Parts: sequence; structure tokens; C-alpha cells
Amino acid sequence: MARAVVTLPAQAKRGEIIEIKTLAAHSMETGFRRTQTGELIPRDIIRRFSCTYNGTEVYRVDLHPAIAANPLIVFTTIATETGTLSFQWVGDNGYTANETAPIRVE
Amino acid sequence: MSLRTALLLAACLLSAGAAAGEIPLSERRSGYELMGRETRAMQDDDATNPGMLWVLDGETLWRKKAGAADRACAACHGDARTSMKGVAARYPAFDAALKRPVNLEQRINMCRTGRQKAPPLAFESRELLALTAYVARQSRGLPINIAIDARSKPFLDAGSEAFHRRQGQLNLACSQCHDDNWGKRLAGSVIPQAHPTGYPLYRLEWQGLGSLGRRMRNCLVGIRAEPYAYGAPEFVDLELYLMWRANGMKIETPAVRP
Repeated sequence: MARAVVTLPAQAKRGEIIEIKTLAAHSMETGFRRTQTGELIPRDIIRRFSCTYNGTEVYRVDLHPAIAANPLIVFTTIATETGTLSFQWVGDNGYTANETAPIRVE
Repeated sequence: MSLRTALLLAACLLSAGAAAGEIPLSERRSGYELMGRETRAMQDDDATNPGMLWVLDGETLWRKKAGAADRACAACHGDARTSMKGVAARYPAFDAALKRPVNLEQRINMCRTGRQKAPPLAFESRELLALTAYVARQSRGLPINIAIDARSKPFLDAGSEAFHRRQGQLNLACSQCHDDNWGKRLAGSVIPQAHPTGYPLYRLEWQGLGSLGRRMRNCLVGIRAEPYAYGAPEFVDLELYLMWRANGMKIETPAVRP
């Protein structure tokens, strides 16, 4: 289950700065840990998170080992027009998660 | 020192020992109050509380058909927001058929094997934690209400006895930390009063959700004692005692702890 949760205001005034909170379920295995028998546990992390606002990329972040499991990413953007925000997480072993959220701008 | 002074001193020491035992209601603190501002903020906002990821998974599982009976939890229990409200505040509860208390995880598994005709979920599996978190989430904000009757009293007493019994290579009883020395520090961490108000909870140290059983196993390993298996009767008795001891405190599931 590639579970992700996105929280943002449902509506905003034009030009207002809005805060967006995102949470993705992921173990973020660093690739540096070993099992009790000494074998390396392979890396399994989210590598990139991006947010597009009506098709325009407004936020992007590269993730690296040693970022906590279930990463919480909070960022802001300016409410410019009514439309949809799309969120995408991409990671190792074919992991992808997608979420969308509508916003009404007055 | 005269005999009289010695006796007086002994009496003082004894009364001090008694006072250090049970925590008075006015001094009860959830682990929430002992943790930092940032961790509290993380728990308070559903948008940042990672435990909600499990709660949402649990909501999906609640509606998903399972087992040979091909029934979902929702087929019998309907909307969990009403049917499961307050349930977690009453568990562990006495089961008449088993003639002993069962905790919430065991109750869910009894439903799975008995009603859904599905194999039980493994303890600490993502599915069982998700379902438990979803059910317990419906009691958030409600006071813990463990009712003890003649049938469950022996199990409460067994739990209480375990809580006060010295064990392990360090020869420590749970009560020595959690009744007598709460609020002080153990290796840099504040010792909480051990009120299980928010289980299953998200522990930053675990980087995931875990049950009270996992927490108690951690504690037992910490005092160099042999931990019981998940769902062992000894653990359920102890869980019953801890929940009874926290009677009246509010459920926080899914809580966040450092």
C-alpha cells in the first residue's frame, strides 16, 4: 500500500501563501544497516518528491539516506488560480505514490 | 541514638516508602505531557501524525472482505465511528468463553478466525496494527474505563503482582521506575508513569507504529529479563493492570512518543 496523505486549505485568496503538509508511508531503509548475520540490508528510499500546480512544478526535493521513515514534507506556495495540485513520490524498487488535491482561489 | 529516635526514624522511612507507591490522581501524567513541544505538535495535528497512515490503512481493511466467510468487519459492525466508539477504552476485557481477559489485538483476531474464517493476523504485522489503531482511534478523547468484577479480579491482581515484582538481571520492578522515580531521567530520557493511553503508538525510535506488547518487551529486555511472547497471558494481565491504573485518563491513539 503506497499510502500518502496531503493536507492543504480547500480555498484561499489570490496571492495568499498557503502551507501544504505531506506525509508518505515509507520505511526509508538507508542501505547502511546490516542484519544480525552481517548482511547489508539493501537501500530502499524515496528519491524524489515533487508538486505541480495546474501542471507547473512549484516544489521539488531530492531525498537521501538517513531521512526518517514516513517522511513529512511541509512547504508553501502562492495561491494563484483555482485548480489542482498534484503530488508525486518516486523511489527505489519501483515505488511511486500519487495524490491530487483541489484548491479554489478567489 | 536512643531506641525512641530509631523507632521514629524507621516509621518515617516506612511512611515515605508507602507514599512513593501509588501515584495520586492529581499527579497522573500521560507521557504526552513529559515530551517536547515539537513531538506534541506532531501528535496533535492529524496532518503530521504518522500514526494516521496506519489508521487510514485500518479504515481500508475495515471495509475489505476477508476469509472463507467473505465478510468485512463493516458487514457486522457497520460504521466504526459509532460502533467502535469507546471500545478501546474498555480493553483488555474479560472473555467469557476463554475465561480470561483478552486485549484489543486478540479480540480482532478472534473476530477474524471466528466470524471471518480467516487466518489470524501476526502480532505487530502492519495489518493488525492498522486495524487496532483504526478501532482505538474511535475512542480518542474518551476516558479509559476498565471495570473489574469478581471474574477479572484475579487477573488484575496477577498484573499488579508482576508490576511490583523485581525481575531480570538488574533486579528491577516496573514500579521502581514508573511509580517511584517518574519524571527523573534514565540515560537522558524522562521516565514516564507508564500509562498506556495512546497504543498502538508511533515511536520515533521505532520509526513505526507498535503495540503495548512491543513496548513491554523493550522494558523487559532493558532490565535484562526474558521477555514474554506477544499476546502471552502474563502480558495481558499486566496490560489489564496498566489500563486499570490509568482509569479516567483520555485515550490518545494514535499517540506519538520519542
